[in-house]
Parts: sequence; structure tokens; C-alpha cells
Amino acid sequence: MNPYNYLYVSALLFTIGAVGVVVRRNAIVVFMCVELMLNAANLTLVTFSRINGTLDGQVVAFFTMVVAACEVVVGLAIIVTIYRSRRSASVDDASLLKR
Amino acid sequence: MTTSTSLVYLIALPLLGATILLLAGRRSDKWGHLLATALSASSFGVGLYQLSQMLNRPTEERGVSQKLFSWISVGSFNVDAGLLLDQLSICFVLLITGVGTLIHIYSISYMSHDENRRRFFAYLNLFIAAMLLLVLGDSYLNLYVGWEGVGLASYLLIGFWNQKPAYATASKKAFVMNRVGDMGLSFAIMIAFATLGTVSFSGVEEASHTASKAALTAIGIMLLVAATGKSAQFPLQAWLGDAMAGPTPVSALIHAATMVTAGVYLIVRSNFIFDAAPTAQLLVVIVGAITLMFGALVGTAKDDIKKALAASTMSQIGYMVLGAGLGPAGYAFAIMHLLTHGFFKAGMFLGAGSVMHGMNDQVDMRRYGALRKFMPITFITFGLGYLAIIGVPPFAGFYSKDAIIETAFNAGGVKGILLGGTALLGAAITAFYMTRVMVLTFTSKERWEDNQHPHESPILMWLPMAILAIGSVTTGFLFTRGHALVNWLSPVVGEHAESEEMLLQPMVVSGLALLAVAIGVAIAVMKYQRADVETVAPQNVSIFTRIARKDLMQDSFNEAVFMRPGQALTSLLVKGDENVVDGAVRGIGRTALGAGASLRKTQTGFARSYAALILIGAIALIAGIWVVTQ
Amino acid sequence: MLTIQTPEAVMFWFLAPLAVISAIGMLLVKKAVHSALLLAWVMITLAIFYIAQDALFLGIVQIVVYTGAVMMLFLFILMLVGVDASDSLTETIRGLRPIAITAALGFGGLLVSLIGRATLGREAAGLVDANSEGNVQALAKLLFSTYVWPFEVVSALLITAALGAMVLAHHQRSVPRATQREQAIARFRGASLGSAAGLPNPGVFARHNAVDVPALLPDGSAAPNSISATLKARGDMLESTQFELSEVDNTVTEEK
Repeated sequence: MNPYNYLYVSALLFTIGAVGVVVRRNAIVVFMCVELMLNAANLTLVTFSRINGTLDGQVVAFFTMVVAACEVVVGLAIIVTIYRSRRSASVDDASLLKR
Repeated sequence: MTTSTSLVYLIALPLLGATILLLAGRRSDKWGHLLATALSASSFGVGLYQLSQMLNRPTEERGVSQKLFSWISVGSFNVDAGLLLDQLSICFVLLITGVGTLIHIYSISYMSHDENRRRFFAYLNLFIAAMLLLVLGDSYLNLYVGWEGVGLASYLLIGFWNQKPAYATASKKAFVMNRVGDMGLSFAIMIAFATLGTVSFSGVEEASHTASKAALTAIGIMLLVAATGKSAQFPLQAWLGDAMAGPTPVSALIHAATMVTAGVYLIVRSNFIFDAAPTAQLLVVIVGAITLMFGALVGTAKDDIKKALAASTMSQIGYMVLGAGLGPAGYAFAIMHLLTHGFFKAGMFLGAGSVMHGMNDQVDMRRYGALRKFMPITFITFGLGYLAIIGVPPFAGFYSKDAIIETAFNAGGVKGILLGGTALLGAAITAFYMTRVMVLTFTSKERWEDNQHPHESPILMWLPMAILAIGSVTTGFLFTRGHALVNWLSPVVGEHAESEEMLLQPMVVSGLALLAVAIGVAIAVMKYQRADVETVAPQNVSIFTRIARKDLMQDSFNEAVFMRPGQALTSLLVKGDENVVDGAVRGIGRTALGAGASLRKTQTGFARSYAALILIGAIALIAGIWVVTQ
Repeated sequence: MLTIQTPEAVMFWFLAPLAVISAIGMLLVKKAVHSALLLAWVMITLAIFYIAQDALFLGIVQIVVYTGAVMMLFLFILMLVGVDASDSLTETIRGLRPIAITAALGFGGLLVSLIGRATLGREAAGLVDANSEGNVQALAKLLFSTYVWPFEVVSALLITAALGAMVLAHHQRSVPRATQREQAIARFRGASLGSAAGLPNPGVFARHNAVDVPALLPDGSAAPNSISATLKARGDMLESTQFELSEVDNTVTEEK
């Protein structure tokens, strides 16, 4: 088997995450799809680290995880704030920009 | 060249006066006219001082220059605001400030009943300053500033009584026609810079030795256009008659003695260009000859005393231009006629003003008559100016005009005979219409309206007239004694070259001229002194008289040839502007609006649709990579 | 050539399709909680992949940070927010779903085709040498030498994010909190006196004390406002009638 297979999986997961961001309305699910895309990217980094024989890819993946954690914290706080004022977790309801 | 630091005062003093009077407003009503007169007189004083300094220096060092500041410095284009006072300029400086001061004094009395007298004096001072800048500038660009300045002052003064729409229109007409000439001057400057690389007099003179003839001819023709505009020469002569709408002192100073002669100054100052461009020089002569006949013919038909004098001015400047077009032989005579004309024509205009003053501003000569008994001083001073203009020896006009006629005859060949003949015929007609003015005004029977009480003018008015009359009598003799003026000007305009083979001897020319004058006078006396003159101009006259009364159809011509097509062109351009230019601009606006309206539909405000767009963008990016790496 | 041994290949072919199917399922299930669980499964799979690819430390971190912390955070927020109409899978923006699916097919197709075309130009190396002194030790060396500056920056980012979350979650009162007395007055002045004494508890008179069984009103009908709105929105409300006794023993026995 070829390590490139991991890359195919990563590409598929990323695509699924991207579709999820577009089609799902629940802000939390949308967020989970974003996390899925980040994880797909991480898998790519780890696979390339293995292919190249250096650990730099793993270090970057580690940083990605930290940044993703920050993002989750802030993003979920935003969702809670929006929910508190609008009583809705739908991303479509926060559409004031068009007016 | 000697440098001086005091030249600037010549201009600064009257400019200061204009500034103070215009800024101080009504507060200076009480003393404004006195200040203006005093500043004009002190400028004359500076001029006299400069003359005395100049006389103390040897001939070749008489020119004085002063650099004021570096005006324009762009790449290879460097112009200093600099002044140049040489033998030619000093003549003008003294004429402008001298006659100008006399007219200031005259105006104190003449304008005493006008509530805007202060403003009038402010404009007069402005004019003096601008005119001095015109003759003192050391480059065409500096001259141009003064040139525009006198145009502005002229506009302001012609329209001084702008509460009358006709007068305001006259000032606009003068301004617009002058713009045509000004455009010629600006073209000349641009061509000079483009081909010669400099616009200063000395630089252009130096470059003119090596420059191409085509360039010099182009500059010369453009300068001629400028001169025709400012000096009311054919074909830009139409404004001068209407310019008589201004107060009479203005007509005397600006439209007789000084500003209208600026064109002659320009041609004489640019002698190096015209000497090297025979075509342009020939055009100058033709313009001069046409104008002198034009003015003379118009003069015979005018019943308005000021318009008759204006026509005469046009004609006399025609003589000057003719003289200036004759090359080194004629420059000095042109300037001499200019100076003598400055005296006698200013004097006659002031006389006309005095007559109007005594006749309740009546200007129709058919309503004058027998005024010599009531205005003896005016009669005498006007009469001396009259004798001078028609060229009776030993008055000034005889010397100067005779010299031009003689030079014209000696120009050589058919050209000489034509020009000389024209000048001679012009002299005869001049004698005729000036005698007509004289007879109708002063000697024939009384034809006043009932409520007229003619009286002599106060001393402030007749004193300047008397001084100018003395000038009209003596200057011609003084200038020609030992070729004084010719020798004086020779460093500037080149050595006076006597023609080797003369067509006619000077005595013969003088004889012919006197004969022509005698014929003209005799006809006029027969027609107007002996016969009764109707108080209203007869209408059943020949077609030629009618045309002459209408200034030889100059206005109809301009209207038909320039105004109507101009209006048509303008309305066409307006339509083009509205439909094409504005249409394009509005079209851009509409396109942007439409694009905005359609693009707005993509802005749903839904985060998910934006995410979809990002996804599509990512696809495009990857597709790009896909294609590139293939 | 880095060859992948058979056990890993077996593991891969077993887990990879499972992960992809779980991810797709995450999009298709209606309830956010189910999505979260499916995502947790995908993340565990990825952790296994990491460990299989000699990234032991990352694999552990993946489980601890993602499935442990991040997914718990998601679940916690889900609990806070509850369920509402956003869980519906009906598309409300016209034309978006076909666009998304087409785009996804194109995107995925292009990515896969690109990976398929890519060649490294040399043999894949493997991490045996790099991990010779242990994966964690080698990572630590890199992290505290080459990547020390990004490491410090990322730590600053973490602190900032924590502060940001606190600021966002902090709720500034615009009016003072109503006292109990004010609340009582408001309740009695309100539109309906029916709720003045408080809403009924679930299960009252319903012969069942579960939270999803509505209370019964004196006339025997169900009182919908006696149970949580969340349960109602989810459709988890039960019928009270199913707990009715078919026969009621009306005999009164004397207490001794």
C-alpha cells in the first residue's frame, strides 16, 4: 500500500467538510464541519511528514491543533452570544448584512 | 548692460495707488484722486530721473535692466521677472507717465461729479502700471503680463459706466476682440519657445540670426495678429469705435495715446524678427495701409465727435504700422509719429471732452457749431492739434507723417508707389475729415438744442490741453532737429538706412503732401463752412456714405462670418457635450448602477451562500493548478 | 521505498471507508448531537492514522484535545443552545444545495485527480530515523529550537482566545435584575392568571413522573406548557393518555 492513500482520505474528508459548511444551517454543525476540514489538513501534514522523513509536518499539525482549539473557544462563545440575543443557532438568521 | 534697482518704482508707484484705492474703498473717496495723480506724477519723475541717468552714459551703455525675481524655472524654460529700460522704452515711459499725469489732472475736474471718481482713478493707475510693465518687460512673457493688464484696465474703463447696457456691451466687445489678438501673442511666445528655446528679447534677438525663416515668419505673423488686436488694426479694428463708450479721458489716454499704440511698440521691439522675415514684414505693411484708408474713410462719415476721432486714431496707427513695416528705414519714424500722435490726439480728445463738458455731454457734431466764441481755449488747443494731425508745417504731425510717406515712396518699385500713394491719399482724406470736425464744431453756424449754454472748462481741464497743445506744436521739430530721435533709437532698432536711390526727393514728397492736405481742407470748407449743415444726418445719401456710416460694414461682416457660425458651432458642441460627453458620463453611471443592482442580488446576507462562493473560488484555484501542472 | 506492512494496510482499508462514511453521515443526520458523535468517531480514526504513521504524540494529542476537550465543548454548547428549527434539513436558500453538491463533486474530483497525478520524484522516506530517539523527544527538540518563536506566539494566541471567550460570554445587564417581589407582581399583572402560580410540573396527574410526560389538566387534557420547550421541539413529548389505567379501582379501604 502507498502512503498517498492517506491523502485521498484527507481530500475526501476536506470536501465533505466544505459541503457541510454550505448545506447545514445549525451553526454548531457548521462549526464541526470546519473542524473536520482542519483535521483533514492535519492528516495531510502528518502524511507528508512521513513521506519526507522529517518531523516539521507534525510540528505544524501541532500548531494547527492549538489554533483550532483557540478558534473553537472563540467561535463557540460567539455562537452562544448570538443565541443569547437572537434565540436561534441558525446561521441564516444572522443575515443583517444584506440590509 | 547696466543694472539698476530703481526701475521697479516706475511700475510700483501707480500699482500701489491702484491697490490702495481699490482696497480702501469709499474711505478714500475724498483724497483718492489726489493720491493717484501724485503717484502718477512721481512715476513720471522717476522716468525723468532715469532719462537723465541715461543721458549721462555713453550710447552703448544706455540700456538699464533690473531682475526682480526668478519667475518660472521649469526644465529648460527659465523666465525671470525682469525689467529693461532702453532708448525705446524710455520714450514710452515718458509718454505714458507724462500724458497719463496730465490726463489724471484733467480727470480730477472732468469726473468731479461722478460718485465713482475714486474707482476711476484706481483703474487709471492700474492702467499706467500695466502699460509700464508692457513697455518695460525684458521678455515676451513679461510683456504679455502687461499686455493683459492693459486689456483688463481698458475693459474696466470702457465699461466704467456699466449701468448702461450698451456701454457694458462695448467693453465686452473690446475685451473679446482683444482676446483674439492676445491669442496671437501667446502663440508667438509658444512658437518662440518651441523653436528658439527662449522668450527674452535679447535671447530671441540672438537666436533670430540662426533660426529658420519659417519659424521667424510664424512668430512675426502671430505678433502681427497680436498687434492688430491691441492697436485696432484691420481685421480686428471693430472694437475701437465702440470703446468710445468710456469716459473721454480714457479715450484720450488709452484709446488714443498709449494702449492702442502697444501694437506698434511690439512690432518695433521685435524688429529683429521682422527684419529676418520679409513675408511677415510685408503683411505688416499691408495691414497698415488698409487700416489707414479704412480709418480715414470711416472718419469722413461719423457725426459723433469721439467716434470721428477714434476713426482718425485707427487711421493714424495705420500710418505707424505702415512705418514699422518698412523696416529699419521706418521704425524710428513710426515711433516718432506715435509720440507726436500721443500729444496731438490726446489733446484733441481732451478738447472733445471739454466740448462735451460744455454742451451737456452732447456728442453729435451736427448739434455743435460756432463754439470758438464760447470756448476760446478749447478752440485754440484743439486747433493746434488739428493743424498737427493734418500735417501743416511746422506742427508735429508734418514732420512725422511726412517722414512715413516719404519712406513709403522710397520702399522701392511698385510696392513703394502703392504704399506712398495710399499714404498720400490718406493724408488728403485726413485733412478732409479733420477739417470737417473742426468746422462743424467750432466755426460754422450754431445748431444747438435750445437748452444749451456752452462755457469754457475750468483750469484743471484746459491746462493739460494747453500743455499737450504745446507738445503738438513743438515735438516734431524737436525730434527731427539733427535726426535726434532717429539717432537716439538706432541702438535698439538698427541703423537708419537711407535709400540709395530715392523715388522722390523729400521736398517733392512734402510738396505733394501739402497739396493733398490743401485739397482735403478746401473740399471740407466748401462742403461744411459755406453750405448749411442739417442737424439730423440726411438719410437719402449714396450707398458709400451709408456703408461708411456703418464702419464699412465691419460689424455685419464679423457677425456674418464669425458670430453666426460661432453660435451654430457652439450649439452643436453643446448638443455634442450633452449627448456624447454627458451621455458617456451618465452611461458610466448607469452601467455602474446596473452592475451594482445585479451584483447586489448575490449579496444575500446569508453566510452559507458566501461560503458557497468561497468554495467555487477554491475550485477555480485548484482548477488553475490542475491546468498549469498538466 | 517505504512499504506499508500488511497490518497497516488492513487497518487503513478497514478504517478509512468508515471515516468517510461517518463524515458523510455527519451531514445527513438531523440531530446535532448525532453529528457530534460521528465527528468524534472520525477524529478517533484520524488519531489512529496518526499513530500508524509514526506520529505517536499527535495521535495522543488528537484524542485528548479533540475528542476529549473540543468535542466535549461542542456537546456542552449544544446543551446550552438546545434544539430549534435550524436542525431541519430542508434547504431554505433556493438553488444552494445543487450548487454545493456540484461544487463538492468538482472540488473533490479535482483534488483527487491532482493527488493522483502528483509524484514525489523520490522514494518516500519514513520516520524511522527522525524518531530514533523517540517521537516526543524529537518533536520537543524541534519545538523548542527551530519553532520556539511560533510556539511562544501560539501561547499568546491561546491566552488571547481565552480572554476573548470570557469577554464574549460576559453579559452586561442593561437593567437591574428583577427582584422576587417584582417578578411576582409582573406575574399577577400579566395577561393570564392561569400561570400566575407557576407552570405545572410535568407528569402531574399523568400517572407517570418522567420529564417528557405532560401534566393533566383538571378536565383530563394534556398541558403542553408543563414540559420543556426543547423536548417539545424535538418531538420527544409523550402522550399522557397511554399511561391511563384501563380500570380504576374505586373502592375505599379504611385505613387502620
